[in-house]
Amino acid sequence: MHKLMTDEPEKKLLLLGNEAIARGALEAGVAFASTYPGTPSSEISFNLFQVAQETDLYFEYSTNEKVALEVAAAAANSGLRSMCMMKHVGLNVAADALMTLAYVGTRAGLVVVSADDPFMFSSQNEQDNRYYAKLSGLPVLEPSSVEEAKDMVPYAFDLSEALGEPVLLRTTTRINHSNAVVTLGALGPRQTKGHFEKDPFNFVTVPAVSRRLHVRLLDNIERAQKMSEESAYNFEEGQGSWGVICNGVSYTYVMDAIQDLGLEDQVRVMRIGFSHPLPAERIGAFLAACEKVLVVEEGEPYMEEAVKAFAQERALTLPIKGKGPDLFSRLYEFDPAMVRQKLAHFFDVPFTLPKAPDLSDVPEIPQRPPTLCAGCSHRATFYAVKKATEGLDVIHPSDIGCYTLGFLPPISMGDFVICMGASTGSAGGFARATSQKVVSFIGDSTFFHSGIPGLINAVFNNHDVTLVILDNRTTAMTGHQPNPGVDMKELNLDGYGKVDIEPLVKAIGVPHVARIRPYQLKKSIAAIREAVEFKGVSVVIAEEKCALYAKALRQAKGKPFQVSERCRNHRDCIHDLGCPAFYLEEEHVRIDPDICIGCALCAQVCPENAIVPLKPKS
Amino acid sequence: MKPTRLIIVAVGGQGNLLASKVLGEAALAADVPVRMSEIHGMAQRGGVVESAIVFGDARSTIISDGEADVLVGFEPAETLRALKKCNQQTTVISNMAPLPPFTVSIGRGTYPDLDQMKRLIEAKTSRLIAFDAAHLARSAGNIMSVNIVLLGALCQTGILPLSEDIIRQAIQTRTKSAFVETNLKAFELGYQAATG
Repeated sequence: MHKLMTDEPEKKLLLLGNEAIARGALEAGVAFASTYPGTPSSEISFNLFQVAQETDLYFEYSTNEKVALEVAAAAANSGLRSMCMMKHVGLNVAADALMTLAYVGTRAGLVVVSADDPFMFSSQNEQDNRYYAKLSGLPVLEPSSVEEAKDMVPYAFDLSEALGEPVLLRTTTRINHSNAVVTLGALGPRQTKGHFEKDPFNFVTVPAVSRRLHVRLLDNIERAQKMSEESAYNFEEGQGSWGVICNGVSYTYVMDAIQDLGLEDQVRVMRIGFSHPLPAERIGAFLAACEKVLVVEEGEPYMEEAVKAFAQERALTLPIKGKGPDLFSRLYEFDPAMVRQKLAHFFDVPFTLPKAPDLSDVPEIPQRPPTLCAGCSHRATFYAVKKATEGLDVIHPSDIGCYTLGFLPPISMGDFVICMGASTGSAGGFARATSQKVVSFIGDSTFFHSGIPGLINAVFNNHDVTLVILDNRTTAMTGHQPNPGVDMKELNLDGYGKVDIEPLVKAIGVPHVARIRPYQLKKSIAAIREAVEFKGVSVVIAEEKCALYAKALRQAKGKPFQVSERCRNHRDCIHDLGCPAFYLEEEHVRIDPDICIGCALCAQVCPENAIVPLKPKS
Repeated sequence: MKPTRLIIVAVGGQGNLLASKVLGEAALAADVPVRMSEIHGMAQRGGVVESAIVFGDARSTIISDGEADVLVGFEPAETLRALKKCNQQTTVISNMAPLPPFTVSIGRGTYPDLDQMKRLIEAKTSRLIAFDAAHLARSAGNIMSVNIVLLGALCQTGILPLSEDIIRQAIQTRTKSAFVETNLKAFELGYQAATG
């Protein structure tokens, strides 16, 4: 039985934030869940994927976040409690659906989880998705701890049903990837079969319908505001004439700081957990009781601007600060010492900085950058493309996945990355705007996610581009989640279809399509050269299962290689490939047999043919 | 209960998250308040994995620079890199068996001298317990037990509000049954190494 199905109310479990959110959904009786994986949200869906295999919960990995939200919207409007989870930038993809779903609403609870990533531990930006709540008019809830995250999910479902609207649950990495002790509640009953009651004048958003639905949305925002005023997730604690308004993990840093600074009798705190609509009346009353107020929130001054407006409406002139050169930054994440220091500074109380050691005499420590794994087939494909385009001025638009790391030396292939799927769209722009060659890279999952429209565009507008699809048969970066090209039978799962990339690309009308096995280097170089020389759209599908995934499926068959006596120390292997299985021993290149997976790429690159299979010990 | 703040740093694949999990479960069993946070975005691809574990009465799950009471490093250069988390009162426990970053393996960086690293850490903190945990893990029967060897040393210092027995129990219940025996041996060897 899955740990999250433990049916012992009051039992305490040590849970990851994402496990706690999944558990909260199960306690709420979630019947339908959909996602596109993305750090820091991925473990929520992975746990529900596992639970779905032993219960009647429906779970799917959808092609992208927009599709995930659309399937969840239909399920919720057929009467099933539904949850849809994604990373923050995923909500950009789903935003088109979200904005009008806010007009249409839902008939059963729908919770949309947005996992934001301040500091960009594993993201391309650190956008603050509370603004999506404001933009769409939907409620947003923000937990401050792992325990609260679990409890907030059932509340979010109830709120969604009370309003007939989707509810956003916004987390940050430090909630998703923290562990804490969580007290289990009862598992909720699941209603897994719905029925869609037709109601086109509320569901079909032609202008005449939408004009009326927008009125309803505004009414709903007013109702939601009253709920926010009464919500137990917006609360006050402490006493004194100095005020702090805070949310999310900042609240925990504020409470630790107040204790550390001994300000329990001087500072009152308003914690906002229901942050759209904000509880204007309660914040107004809080401001009226304070001489000065500090707003502590990571990211944008979302609350600060609103709090200042509430003060203006009430003709309150107390100082209200938050973001500023000597206060908080809009950049990155906060930490306890930083919040303690800013609090002390703002309220002008004595404070000693932590005694961080003087590190000026510490020698430079070599960096440990993430790198493509030993035997990663992307390395072979990158190398083949480099060889096939030697002497050409080539732009490499790349995409989001493990292969983004190809921009680092020694591979150095990746010139433009902005969002999922942009390799296929931006390629055409570069091709038209310059006389440079364009060879772009996209992974299989990202291709399904949002690469296909860009490729169709290239065919229609006849761009002179080559797209290399790095098909490693899984969604590797986020932890090997399935995608539409994955053979689910290999995971012992039945009832799935499978989409093959080659016929899909051909059906789009790409005039030149080649398929390579990247470890077959010479053939790959020849096929890529031909594709690059082709005038118009060409696609090269580089197919080889992710080395880690193959290992997990017990399909890895390679045997390690070694550097033989023939080596003349050219070091092309190290300088051109940079595989982490190499190391230097007294200036000689060696291969670590525990790391090498036997892909034999280096053996094909070595000018002396010095890299040979490691012979079994006699 | 006054908070005790522990940072664990390791290279992806060294079992940092399992070690943290064992401590978290031990704290749960001992009814000691515990919060942990971890950053492991690209760990599988050779990066650094950092865990912060806060025992006792604090709400934060992360630890600011200069505020760790204990630093446990599974790899010497990573211990040195994490020195900014320490202060003059911090106890540092480090494996001294290097796992040179790839940049060093291919000659594009210099790995710091081990004795110099020891001297620097000793000078900037209250105590350094340094030994070859890889060697002890191998003696225990599994090189993958470096994490548990270091838990043994950590336990010996008595800094954590957790008893030896409760950590042993957590190892028994939270690590794979096939490895429990070697893990318990690894724990013992680490404990002894810190005593000596």
